[in-house]
Amino acid sequence: MEEIVLHLIGGLAEAMQPLNLTMIVVGCTLGLLIGAMPGLGSVNGVAILLPITFLVPPTAAIIFLAAIYYGAMYGGAISSITLGIPGASTAVATVFDGRPLAQAGHADRALTAAAVASFVGGTISVVLFTAFAPPLASFALKFGPPEEFALMVLAFATFIGLGGDDIPKTVFSILIGLVMASVGLDIISGQPRLIFGDIDGFLHGINFLVLAIGIYGIGEMLWTLETTRGEVMVHKVTISWQRMKHNFKDIRNYIKTTSMGSALGYFVGTLPAAGATPASLMSYGLAKTFSKDPDSFGKGNISGVAAPEAANNAASTGSMLPMITLGIPGSPTTAILLGGMIIWGLRPGPLLFTENPEFVWGLIGSLYIANFATLLINLAFIPLFVKILTLPFSILAPVIYILCVVGGYAPTQTMHDVWLMLLFGVVGYLLRKLNYPVAPAVLAIVLGPLAERSLRQSLLGSHGDVSIFLTRPISAVCIAIAVALICYPMLQKLQKRRRANAGTGSG
Amino acid sequence: MAGQGGGADNMARLMQTITEKYNSICFVLQCLYSWHLVYHGAKHKQFPKRGYLLMVTIISKMKTIAVLIAAVVVTCLGLQSPAMADWSPKKPIELIIMAGAGGGADQIARLLQGLAEQKDLSPRPIIPINKPGGSGAEALRYLQDKAGDDHTILVTLNSFYTTPVIQQGIGVDVSNFTPIGRMAVDNFVLWVNSSRDDITDLDSYIAAVKAAGNTWKVGGTGTGQEDSILTAMMEKEFGYDVTYIPFPGGGTVAKNLVGNHVDSTVNNPAEQNEFYRAGETKPIVQFTAERLPAYPDVPTAKELGVDMQYYMQRSINGPPEMSKEAQDWYIGLFKALFDSEEWQQFCTDDGLACDQWLAGDDLGTYHQEQIALHKDLIESVGASAITGE
Repeated sequence: MEEIVLHLIGGLAEAMQPLNLTMIVVGCTLGLLIGAMPGLGSVNGVAILLPITFLVPPTAAIIFLAAIYYGAMYGGAISSITLGIPGASTAVATVFDGRPLAQAGHADRALTAAAVASFVGGTISVVLFTAFAPPLASFALKFGPPEEFALMVLAFATFIGLGGDDIPKTVFSILIGLVMASVGLDIISGQPRLIFGDIDGFLHGINFLVLAIGIYGIGEMLWTLETTRGEVMVHKVTISWQRMKHNFKDIRNYIKTTSMGSALGYFVGTLPAAGATPASLMSYGLAKTFSKDPDSFGKGNISGVAAPEAANNAASTGSMLPMITLGIPGSPTTAILLGGMIIWGLRPGPLLFTENPEFVWGLIGSLYIANFATLLINLAFIPLFVKILTLPFSILAPVIYILCVVGGYAPTQTMHDVWLMLLFGVVGYLLRKLNYPVAPAVLAIVLGPLAERSLRQSLLGSHGDVSIFLTRPISAVCIAIAVALICYPMLQKLQKRRRANAGTGSG
Repeated sequence: MAGQGGGADNMARLMQTITEKYNSICFVLQCLYSWHLVYHGAKHKQFPKRGYLLMVTIISKMKTIAVLIAAVVVTCLGLQSPAMADWSPKKPIELIIMAGAGGGADQIARLLQGLAEQKDLSPRPIIPINKPGGSGAEALRYLQDKAGDDHTILVTLNSFYTTPVIQQGIGVDVSNFTPIGRMAVDNFVLWVNSSRDDITDLDSYIAAVKAAGNTWKVGGTGTGQEDSILTAMMEKEFGYDVTYIPFPGGGTVAKNLVGNHVDSTVNNPAEQNEFYRAGETKPIVQFTAERLPAYPDVPTAKELGVDMQYYMQRSINGPPEMSKEAQDWYIGLFKALFDSEEWQQFCTDDGLACDQWLAGDDLGTYHQEQIALHKDLIESVGASAITGE
């Protein structure tokens, strides 16, 4: 332990050097802007800016890229909250409650919550990273295909078990998402599936961001157009010290979900191949399941903003763990960071901690500083972001449409995806009109491919024997929790009914 | 000095971009100016204010000034544009990787991108994109559909040869692709977890696999990828049957061996080397002609009396019908990268063979030979042995 503290102090000193500190501040600001642009997530940001880092020493370079990664995690929340378009795939869950809050005139509250939750998530995970990197890395190794699949089942359970929603409609929504997730090339045999005859655009599958931007960006706009006929929409938001003070007092309302989301996010992030998007969705699902007031989720519950934001920042730190200790990226962004490390002449792997301690600890130290920097930069920018909402609808709507189209085009750069995005917009609008929850479909399309791969790998390994999920301890625990989560709302309902019966009986 | 030259060159390029951007800025300002004329000048029949005129004049001259500065910068430093042929890329180059992140092909693509950037060999950025779906089928199909495009290139594995044979459905013929250059030849080594004390050599390995029956799990990067072919070759040679489990990318395969989720792998040296150095995994046999310098104590299959050799080319290819000028430019680019000290060092560290440069038509001929070889291989072991059906 003493050794860790010494290393950490060294790392912090390293991160506080003028060059590194500048890198952190510039990186966070750039990341913030990159994350806020729909379709331009941390992946693209890091990829585009990677070459710049060849001009500085490796430690400064990784600090710069990690700061961008960090900043982008928060930046995604900005467009999710103010415009209702997920800025990055990791910020989709933030739209669920962030958008309704903004529409009700509480954008500043939501943005503050996102900033604070991101800070808490980042800090908790970096502390975990500092203290428990080696044991967690070996725990992550225990995760083979059956454990991964059990974790996915757990993730689905958090969404099925949502108390307030109509369960058959939730199941329907998940199934639609799963069908869409299976479009593309079969992961085991490589044969094309469900490509509607021979439409090339479907070969790479349906990009999850295309679906999310369509449903939340376009669908939401159509819905607003219908309900308001474009007349209202000017939100009166004034920022004052009084209000900010009030926003900070708000923290105690969501600190519990934030801490839970942080721990979960960090853990999911450390597992190779999972990453921040599933983490944020799972965190949202858990926050809703364990909330005292699950019905208010999706309608503007502040915890619904804090939970995913805490989780995605925690996961971004977490995904550095497999990158550094195993040389396996935990997310697409760390895959690019990994490439950078190889170019700088560093070999990620189990020996990096002992062979290049100044690099690893410099990175860890910079994560602490980057957290502070992002929080301060974010809070300073909130009044500016809130101003976006005071624009009249006739200006805001076309801007949102353009950003949606750009966001749909950017990930794969094919027009096919733009058409698909517009189609999903219309479908999303119809689903909303028919009162179907769309969040489970979004979850399914993210987790579907991961679940399918791990399921088939497990069954190949066990020769079709399903008991493999129950005989291995970690996966058995995950499955048991999943079953409990599915039963939890039913039990709650039963209890409520019994209480109501008791109430009428005595009265 | 190279770095300094690169910096100055970047500057010149920046100036060029600025002058380009000025076109649009001037346009916008002129629009604003005419708007002003229509709404104010015309209404009040006033001559536009002198300030406006001055501003517009300066802005329109700014372009010339910027061009002049750029020219001065370039001539002062005596620098030339890095273009090696008549053609040079006009927009970012997509470098398609037909495998997942973290694997050998991915590492190579990102290293090449970084080196090209560092040495300032390309006026436009190179952007690596992973398209790992269906053992590279997704990437091949993507490239085929990009026929005639000069800004998309592909870094290959041997699934470049095998995937179109095994998956006839995708309708790709790689002999139409434009060969650019072969960067390296990669090797294969058989790996097991170091906790397997019972396995010390090839014989004890075969005995262990036979004892396990078909519950022996071999991890690989996908049906039709080179490791699945090598696995099928071994099944045929040694007369055992294993369960092949595909993972996205060689890095994940390596991790699953360390975590004991699979029993053995045939990873490339680069993918396992760090785990080997950390004592997590151990090499059993090499499928090369000579022992690799990295593993002097590990025998080759040939030494043990089983002549089983298998290599994987790492080459760069363009889509069908790429223009000749573009092909020449890319050959120049990748030749420069191939000759770089960093690349050669990477090859040595990672157990790749990088002694022979093959480009253009020579690479095309090599591809033809390899396609024929792989067709034979697939026929002899049977496509079903590879796909595991």
